[in-house]
Amino acid sequence: MATDIIIHDKKDNVGVVVIEKITPKQDCDCWIMEDDSSTSIQSLDEIPLGHKIAMADLNEGDTILKYGHDIGKVVKSIKKGEHVHVHNVKTKKW
Amino acid sequence: MEIPKSFLGYKRENGRAGTRNHVIILPVDDISNACAEAVANNIKGTMALPHSYGRLQFGADLDLHFRTMIGTGCNPNVAAVIVIGIEPKWTKKIVDGIAKTGKPVEGFHIERTGDIGTVMKASKKAQELVMWASEKQREECPMSDLWISVKCGESDTTSGLAANPTVGNLMDKLEPMGVHLCFGETSELTGAEQVCATRGATPEASDKFMNTWNSYNDFILKEATDDLSESQPTAGNIAGGLTTIEEKAFGNFQKIGNCKFIDVLEPAEEPTKGKGLYFMDTSSAAAECVTLQAAAGFNIHLFPTGQGNIVGNPIEPVVKLTANPLTVKGMGEHIDCDVSKILTREMNMSQAGDELIKATLRVANGRLTCAEALGHKEFVMTKLYRSA
Repeated sequence: MATDIIIHDKKDNVGVVVIEKITPKQDCDCWIMEDDSSTSIQSLDEIPLGHKIAMADLNEGDTILKYGHDIGKVVKSIKKGEHVHVHNVKTKKW
Repeated sequence: MEIPKSFLGYKRENGRAGTRNHVIILPVDDISNACAEAVANNIKGTMALPHSYGRLQFGADLDLHFRTMIGTGCNPNVAAVIVIGIEPKWTKKIVDGIAKTGKPVEGFHIERTGDIGTVMKASKKAQELVMWASEKQREECPMSDLWISVKCGESDTTSGLAANPTVGNLMDKLEPMGVHLCFGETSELTGAEQVCATRGATPEASDKFMNTWNSYNDFILKEATDDLSESQPTAGNIAGGLTTIEEKAFGNFQKIGNCKFIDVLEPAEEPTKGKGLYFMDTSSAAAECVTLQAAAGFNIHLFPTGQGNIVGNPIEPVVKLTANPLTVKGMGEHIDCDVSKILTREMNMSQAGDELIKATLRVANGRLTCAEALGHKEFVMTKLYRSA
């Protein structure tokens, strides 16, 4: 039952890599903490431990959901399986 | 796990209990640091708490200075205090504040005597106090004598996934035992402030929280020269995968579990509404925050970290935990409790909470924390604005 990615909440559109890194085209097992369910995703990028992966295609202006809550906006469109970080997401606070 | 009902602490004159038995040499102001440090060097087993302020402050900023000084002396982890200041009046004010606890405290001022004469007089008294304190024994104290403060630092996504919810699990288990709890970090709740406000135990507590956060946010927006992205999240947070302040805030917020806060405290304000969880208006800088919580009377601190913050405090032991396996591997000498097995799902949150309770009680009973063994004694006063 190896887990590569943990997702906090069912509503979330990002997950967190919990192994040292995932590599492009890796088939990853994901665990959703909220309801103890599982899903899977194929990565497009190399993503290190603690960094986020897009669980869906996201367009500019979309809201990133983590913990089931709004944690920022997409500023550059993101494909499902891509690395989500400061290069494509920004705070809505300032 | 059956949670122990007691720990071994030092009972104090005012009914509180300490997890440590320090004799401190407290300088009132920056220019008295040298004298305080000389006394601590002379008399083994005492500890000076040098800091950078205490001159020409006024208004709320001066009130906070006194509250922090007096509160530090009053903390039950402190057995006895020597206060040293340049002038007699402010020195006496701090001595009188600490004396209300019933613990031994004596003040010395440097004017008209000079450093050498003051060091001699204060050293004689310090020797008497440390030898008196050295005979104090640990006694069985109920869990409700634990006052636990929390603050996270060098956070990454593993903090929000595992280390912070582990602290939340501990809070959920210890709150019913009558423990005092405190979280702070006003600025690092930005983005989760509305959700945090719903966790007030009363409408008054919720309103007080929102007023506190709004006041901070107004200040930030007034003073900011750029978009703050250089400061929040920090470079360390970003390296660890945190992208926005909102993401950091929701991770931070996991530390309070399902508890509700009963009141909102000013920085360094002692809680007076009894057992339960309090929110304190603090800086999110680690040393400033822990110093304020210690000054409010908290006697043991839990500090979850992701990338590896190394902070300690002179009087309040800081217990560190992390869920990041790279941090455990690279800087394990700073980690008191390793909960990285949550990420591999070899440990669930409740098991992690139990491990943290065990680690906390060992430290409460006297085991040195990593930060204590490594000599971390960061004592950092919060300054609200420029001096007169």
